[in-house]
Amino acid sequence: MAESKPKPKVQKESVPMPKQKPKVRRRNFNEVALGYTEEQAIAEANRCLQCPKPQCVQGCPVEVNITAFIKLIREGKFDEAVKKVKEKNSLPAICGRVCPQEEQCQKFCVLGKVGDPVSIGRLERFVADWERQRSIAVPEKALVTGKKVAIVGAGPAGLTAAADLAKLGHEVVIFEALHLPGGVLVYGIPEFRLPKSIVQAEVDYIKKLGVKLRAGYLVGRIYTIPELLKKEGFDVVFVGTGAGLPQFMNVPGENLGGIYSANEFLIRVNLMKSYAFPEYDTPIRIGRHVVVIGGGNVAMDSARSALRLGAEEVCIVYRRSREELPARREEVENAEEEGIICKFLAAPVRFVGDDKGWVRQMECICMELGAPDDSGRRRPVPVKGSEFVMDVDTVIVAIGRTPNPIIQRTTEGLEVTRWGTIVADENGKTSIEGVYAGGDIVTGEATVISAMGAGKKAAKAMHEYLMSK
Amino acid sequence: MFKIIANKELAPKIRLFEVHAPEIAEKVKLGQFIIVIIGVKGERIPLTITGYNKKRGTITFVFNEVGKTTKQLGLLKEGEAIENITGPLGNPSEIRKFGKVLCVAGGVMIAPMLLQVQALREAGNTVTTVIGARIKDLLFFEEEMKALSDKVYVATDDGSKGYKGLGFLKEILGREKFDRCVVMGPVVMIKNVSEITKPFGIATVVTLTPIMVDGMGMCGVCRVTVGGKMKFACVDGPEFDGHSVDFDELIKRQRLFLPEERLSSLLWEKLGGCGCGGK
Repeated sequence: MAESKPKPKVQKESVPMPKQKPKVRRRNFNEVALGYTEEQAIAEANRCLQCPKPQCVQGCPVEVNITAFIKLIREGKFDEAVKKVKEKNSLPAICGRVCPQEEQCQKFCVLGKVGDPVSIGRLERFVADWERQRSIAVPEKALVTGKKVAIVGAGPAGLTAAADLAKLGHEVVIFEALHLPGGVLVYGIPEFRLPKSIVQAEVDYIKKLGVKLRAGYLVGRIYTIPELLKKEGFDVVFVGTGAGLPQFMNVPGENLGGIYSANEFLIRVNLMKSYAFPEYDTPIRIGRHVVVIGGGNVAMDSARSALRLGAEEVCIVYRRSREELPARREEVENAEEEGIICKFLAAPVRFVGDDKGWVRQMECICMELGAPDDSGRRRPVPVKGSEFVMDVDTVIVAIGRTPNPIIQRTTEGLEVTRWGTIVADENGKTSIEGVYAGGDIVTGEATVISAMGAGKKAAKAMHEYLMSK
Repeated sequence: MFKIIANKELAPKIRLFEVHAPEIAEKVKLGQFIIVIIGVKGERIPLTITGYNKKRGTITFVFNEVGKTTKQLGLLKEGEAIENITGPLGNPSEIRKFGKVLCVAGGVMIAPMLLQVQALREAGNTVTTVIGARIKDLLFFEEEMKALSDKVYVATDDGSKGYKGLGFLKEILGREKFDRCVVMGPVVMIKNVSEITKPFGIATVVTLTPIMVDGMGMCGVCRVTVGGKMKFACVDGPEFDGHSVDFDELIKRQRLFLPEERLSSLLWEKLGGCGCGGK
């Protein structure tokens, strides 16, 4: 038998992410995950097999050269590693924190077959944080093209498209309806999962690329898209207005005091910083017994925020079972570690209030799972006579958001689906020449990274359109 | 930043601002509102637009100095600036020839009613206007209303000027036939007027001013029940059929954050924010 070289031993477990302890973090808004040290990052990077034909990249909506940046971390070349990431991804500190990597790049990592996949997201976050703690380099820009681009909405899709188009030498203006840029990154995702200073740093980076920002500017109510194109001298427009309209359950008592849409609750807490009331002017009121309806990431964010605001008990009520929870597993684990209770297979049928109009009780009905529905998940079916009552004083309804409607209502000739999303091809091209769209406004509520992917693709198509004009 | 061109006191604690906001002035239509933010730690407050001048590039709005934000706003001087104004928001009013229109306005909402009366007159309507306030000192724009309306009645809660309360509306409605009633003011007043006009079968349009945060359909705190259906005052309104609004629910919802609002205002005053040195 020929002598074979001993194979290098692969570390099956990934380097764990340092976190604040559950007992401590459940009462503060500081970031939960603390990030890798340099040593931890190198150790994790060393687990990467550097596959000649890497599988991970196919899972990345923005096609980051994953093996290359991990190799640079291994060699301690962190500055080069971050440059490598930024070739494709303008917002790595955000993606490293909120992307569902387990469904994307890490899902395809071959190490996942024998143990933990390489923690690509944590490494991405590491290099982005490493750079931010020093100083963020601004890449060289292409020659000025003289073309003007309007971006509607400063969320993940719009910011990504803006960065890419600015790098290509176009003059870019972002119009944001809220008074701060970031979209769902600032109004939706809480401080403890994505510190707002990080969003601000990423926005500052995009401004350094020469992008102008108009906050508090509602396109459609001031200039409409046709006016931006015809009157204001823009050559092309990208619409990334997102899915921000809250859905309610339409059950009796839903307008009682103490019942918030998740959007209202999170906008108050995140965008308006009402956890710091009265230093900040926007109030929030949180009761002792808080219930969150829904099972997605927004439900987890709401529940964990409620706990941090001082609730004694926070319970998530979801109409399907644990297996169908749409939230990231990591977020469910974080929530449960902090003491949040999940109640499965139940849904509210009505709310009962006191004489002042505040919610006091929630009547629920138990569910069982029937045949799969269109989404492939088993449909919840009410169990007759299984009603029960819970004492509650705060309810947060987190059952989904629908597209923001103002652009669709004010743009003549823009093709829209019956769900209110804008019709666009895979490159973001809409029914109007020179108007592109991407992110939740096209797909309905989805993830930050898929919106960024759409922004990226649209930016490429818009560049081609501009240069051919 | 939005520069303040004029800051005038119309009545005790009621102020009119004219602000340089050329893009809003260019696009605003009657009945729309703005969201004002005065600083980085500030809240977003909705205010009805009471006038605009496209040539000067300005808009005007009127507010009551009742909470911390409006008190702080009132202290800003001409030449100073407001951090952010978003608008115009909400749907424009329906203005056309209805025939005989009864306009009823109370408190600060007398200010936007002036513009309504003017537009209704220009559209060929005969307009009878009622302006009301708690006490006579809080009344304003009486002369302006007289100049624009066919007839003007004045009412106060305590009877210190004009009619006492709004009960006299029943007599007017018994005497004269109206084709439409437009109501703007505090929610309790709007409710009362809607109840008075209902038996007479007069189409009654009310402007609702519930709590808002973003003002563009995202938070849902301004939800009201109209004709049994949930509506958002910010994007579906702010004007609704007064005979279909669930006012009792709305009144309760408007008081949701009253204790916090009082606390905020009190603390600010105690800490000397109002310039009184904490006295």
